[in-house]
Parts: sequence; C-alpha cells; structure tokens
Amino acid sequence: MATFLGINLFGLFGQLLVGLINGSFYALLSLGLAIIFGLLKIINFAQGAMYMLGAFAAWLALQYLGLNYWAALVVVPLAVGLVGVLMERFLIRPIANEDHLYSLLLTFGVALMLQGVFTHMYGSSGLSYSIPEALSGGTKLPFMYLPDYRAWIICASVVVCGLTWWMIEKTKLGAYLRAGTENPQLMQAFGINVPLIVTLTFGFGVGLAGLAGVMAAPIYSVSPDMGSNLLIVVFAIVVIGGMGSIGGAILTGLAMGVIEGLTKYFYPEASNTVIFLVMVIVLLLKPAGLFGKEA
Amino acid sequence: MKMMKKTLLAASVAALASSAAMANVSDGKVKIGVLADMGGVYADICGQGCVTATQMAVEDFGGTVLGMPIEVISADDQLKPDVGSAIVRKWVENEEVDAVGGLVSSAVVGAATKVTTDAKKIALISTAASNAFTTKSCSPYNVHWTYNVAALANGTVKPMVEAGQKKWFFITADYAFGHALEGVASKVINDNGGEVVGVARAPLSTTDFSSYILQAQSSGADVVALANAGNDTVNALKAAAEFGLTQMMDVAGLLVFTPNAQAMDPKVAGGMRTTTGFYWDYDDQTREWSKRFMERHGSIPAMGHAGAYSMTMHYLKAIEAAGTDDSDAVMKKMKEMKPDDFFARNATLRADGRMVHDMYYVEIKKSDERRDSNDIFKVISVIPGDQAYAPMLPECNFK
Repeated sequence: MATFLGINLFGLFGQLLVGLINGSFYALLSLGLAIIFGLLKIINFAQGAMYMLGAFAAWLALQYLGLNYWAALVVVPLAVGLVGVLMERFLIRPIANEDHLYSLLLTFGVALMLQGVFTHMYGSSGLSYSIPEALSGGTKLPFMYLPDYRAWIICASVVVCGLTWWMIEKTKLGAYLRAGTENPQLMQAFGINVPLIVTLTFGFGVGLAGLAGVMAAPIYSVSPDMGSNLLIVVFAIVVIGGMGSIGGAILTGLAMGVIEGLTKYFYPEASNTVIFLVMVIVLLLKPAGLFGKEA
Repeated sequence: MKMMKKTLLAASVAALASSAAMANVSDGKVKIGVLADMGGVYADICGQGCVTATQMAVEDFGGTVLGMPIEVISADDQLKPDVGSAIVRKWVENEEVDAVGGLVSSAVVGAATKVTTDAKKIALISTAASNAFTTKSCSPYNVHWTYNVAALANGTVKPMVEAGQKKWFFITADYAFGHALEGVASKVINDNGGEVVGVARAPLSTTDFSSYILQAQSSGADVVALANAGNDTVNALKAAAEFGLTQMMDVAGLLVFTPNAQAMDPKVAGGMRTTTGFYWDYDDQTREWSKRFMERHGSIPAMGHAGAYSMTMHYLKAIEAAGTDDSDAVMKKMKEMKPDDFFARNATLRADGRMVHDMYYVEIKKSDERRDSNDIFKVISVIPGDQAYAPMLPECNFK
C-alpha cells in the first residue's frame, strides 16, 4: 500500500474525497444563508429549521402523497420557499427597520417552535427515508467505494451553486437584487419593487435550505434537531467566506468540508471545533472574511 | 441539677425519636418525582413515556399504599445536569418527594443522585446507561433497574468474540457515556482473546460519519462497534450501509433503543445485533403490558419505560411490606424481596443497588421478516443476569 511519511495515501485520498462531498453539501447549505444573511442582512436562525422542514416534507410527501424522491426534489423546495415568503412577509417585514437582534430573536423563536412541534408530532428519534433505487449502487475506486448518492450530491450541488452564483452575479435580476439591498431608496425611486424582491429572495434562500433537507433525508437521520446541529457551522462558513459574497460561501463550504474531513482522519475529537478555529483566525487576520469586500 | 439535665436530655431524645417515628408515616402521602427528557434527543426513550409508565404502576397498585395516596409529579431535565439536580433538590427539600424516578441521561443522573443520596431519598434509575451509579459513585439509596454498559458489552460483544470475530474497531461518542461503553466493551474483547484495532471518537451529534466509516474499512477489523446512541447510531449506520461497510464486516450497535431501531431503514439495520433489557413482543406477559402502554402512550414501550413501571411497582410493594416510606427501611425491603413481573425475570436487587435480571440478545429484523412497523427485534438468546452484569464491588455492598 502506498504510504508517505507513515500516512496511508489511499486512506488519505478517500478522506479528501469524502471531505469534498461534505464540502459540496456545506456549500449548498451555506448558499441559502449567504443570500439571506449576506445580501439581505437578515440573521435567519430558522435556516436550520427550514432544512429540517425540507427533510420532513420529503418524508411526509412520500408517506401521504406518494411523491418519490425526485418529485420531492422539485415540490419540497417550492413549498418550503413558500413558508419562507410567508415568514418574511408577515413576521420579518414588520420588524425590518428595527435592530438586527430583533430578527435574530424572532427567527430563533420560530426555529424552536418548529423543532418543538415536530418533536411533539414525530418524536425525537427520527424517521427513516431510503436512498432512491436509481442511486443506491456505488463505484469501486482504487482507494475507496464511492456511493452513487454521494456522487449525485457533488453534481447537484455544483449545478445549483453555479446557477445561483450566475443568477446573482451575472444577470439583470441579480443586479437589481444587489442594488436593492445596497441602496433601497434609490432603487425604489427607479420604480423597482424592492420589498417584493426582498420577499422573493428570502423565499429563494429558504427554499435552498429545503432542497438541502431533501438531499440530506436519505443519508442522515431525519429528526427534529438535525438542523440545529448544522446551523452554527453554516453561519461560520458564511462568516469565513465573507458577508455578501456568494462565490465566497460556495468555495469556503468546499474548503471547510475538506479541512473537517482531514481533522476527522487525524484527530476526530477536534472535528466539530476546527471550523470555528478557522473562523477565529480569519476574523483576526481579515475581518471582512476571505472573499468579503472591506467595509 | 445534673439529674435534671439527664432527665431533660432523655426526654428530648425520646421526643425526637417519637417525632422521627411520626415522620416514618411521612407527610401523609407517597410522592414520586419523575425526572426525564421531555423534549430533547432522549424524549422517545424516557420522556413522557416514563411518566405514563410510572402512573400505570401507581394505578395498578391501587393508587394508595398503607392507606396513603400515591402522587406522581414530573419535570423536564432538559438534559442539563444543573437543571436536573436543581429540580431534584427542590423536590426532596421542599416538596416532600420520597423517590425520584425516570432518570435518563447519565450526566444528569450523576448530578441528581448526589442530591438524593445527601437527602437520603431513593433514586430509581430507569434509563441511564453508565455503570457508575453502582460502582464508583455507588450509594445506599441508588437503584439501577433496566440495564447498564457492562450488560450491553457482555451481552453483545462477548458472543461475537467467542464466535471468532476477534478484531474490533470502535466508533465512540466522545463523552462520558461513550467512553464508559467503549471501556467495558474493550475489556470484554481483550479478556476473551480479541483485540481492538482502532478507535474513532466522534463528537456527540455528528451528522456525517462517512470519514469514520472509511477509517473502519481500512482497519482490517472483523466487527465495527458503535459505542454511541440515538441519532448518532442512526447516522453512523446509514453511512456504514451506504459506503458498503456492512457487506465487508459486521456492525454491532452496542445501545439501540426500540424507537431508534424503528427510525432505521430495515434494509440498512436488518441483521444487526444488540442487547436489550426488555422487548415488548417477547411473550404473552410482555405483550399484555405493552398493549396497555401502547393504548396510553401511542407507541411501543422502550426498555426504560417497562423498567420505570417495574421499579415503581417494586418500590410500592416494598413500602407496603416495610410498613413505612422511610428510605432506609424501604431500601432494605426492596433488596430482600425478589422483583418478579413481566419485566424482571430471574431477578434480584443486589446490595449495591444493581437490579440483575435476564437480558436479551436480539437481532434487528430485515424488511421481509417484519409484520408491521412495531415488529423490530428477533430474540436470539436470553442472557442470564449473572452473566450479563459485572459482579458487585465490595465497597458498594450496602446491606
């Protein structure tokens, strides 16, 4: 077996690939938050709950409506996005002019309530959701066994992240959005309906969390606290990447997946802290984040 | 004068003694406080279900003991040791609670039993896993009923090592419970001629276990042992199936509660072996009680629920036999009387507070073996209590 400095290289390649897979999943998760937190400046603590909602919605759709995984991939993000739209319109909008702390506390409250309701209705031990038949196989690589579903996560994540980045950074719609968040009064004077743009963007960001939830359902335990475990990590990724930078969040998500993967290999005990360590270092050296614009 | 002093002293001692005797008949009722996890990760294992099971025992007992009413109160420990011990302190100091039941997370139970021991109140531990309550933190007032880490390790690990599966890899939850479980299981492996070839200690509530699964795959182990619980077990097992580990080596879930087994895809978990203190569908007696529990609670009982019922019943019977609810007298009776019901088979409550009873070595059923979603385990063998539990430590012999 190939070794380098006493490290099993095959094992290392495997860990790098697994890190990359998790990274692409982090990228997908942080994308929604990067839009809501980074562009709209709303601290949405319910983003983790929306991810949980997506996973539960996939399970409910299969159980009660007979919708399979592929249908859920389309329907659930729309439904969760709609929840986001309603939440923005009726809960967040009324306090939009208050301090950011208000939206933080409000969304945190919403997250706790959602988590409580699902624990009450479905228990705390989670539900089972199978990997779709078409993706249940795998490929034998020289250094590891790559399940098809994980390969699918990388592909789907790259496509969704790429499209979102392109839409926000390169299209007219994206330009309106960026300008609308930068200087709402001016945009409104030009006849652009800024509140509507904000509502739809919030819904889109929340819908992305729902999509990540559907993608997570087959591989992770579908349980009420699945979102709260990930939320803080995802916030850290957006902060490291830099507020307002969509590309930054995507690249940071990938990088953090790899760094976390390597930590799991060399010193697993630190794997849930390493991302925060990186965050501290980045904030000290470059307060605006790796890809953020200096304020 | 001296005479007078002596008389006074004698009189006051007599008065004290008689007031103590009055206290033996207590405050006019027997009060049991159920401390459990009402909304956290262990809510399905011992939350409201433990309260229901305790209430069922009280009702089946008749609602009164020695002519005194029996009252059950409950509280949420939020899985926090400080919250749990504060509640228990309030209960025993201000609310005249005689015994504390439920008791789920080992960390909370560690803090709560310190309070009960100081106050000389009985701790009826239903669901906590650590063996510390009858070993290094043993107490004359601790009763540990359903299972512990030693029984899990002896039950699941020993038969597999004896069957020739010598090399083990651990995926361990990186906190007190996981370390304790890994420790006793490793000892069982080494004592039986096996070896531990690797350990990955994953932080609690890890979502993605694929990295650890790859490490296990390259370790050359025969068996991968999951020394964790709840969603960690579910997530680890999902990753094991996905990355093809289950085809290469055996996976042993050291602690799998029925609600967690229900949450696992049978295609993934089917065939995995584990040890449990109770299974609802074992025989007519267990089915009869479980059916009643299901009607009240809505889901099948986990082992802690059945344990909560059984230990409450034994506690009440002991009060009746002792003729008092005084903790020392009741503990003495509880240890004298043999627990015997649908849950406690071939059982004794040892002097250290460990209830030793038959354990069950079970296999999670595959999809085609299941009648319905409640049909989860297949009992492979019954493990006699003295083989499952570790012997009593001399320093914990509270007669």
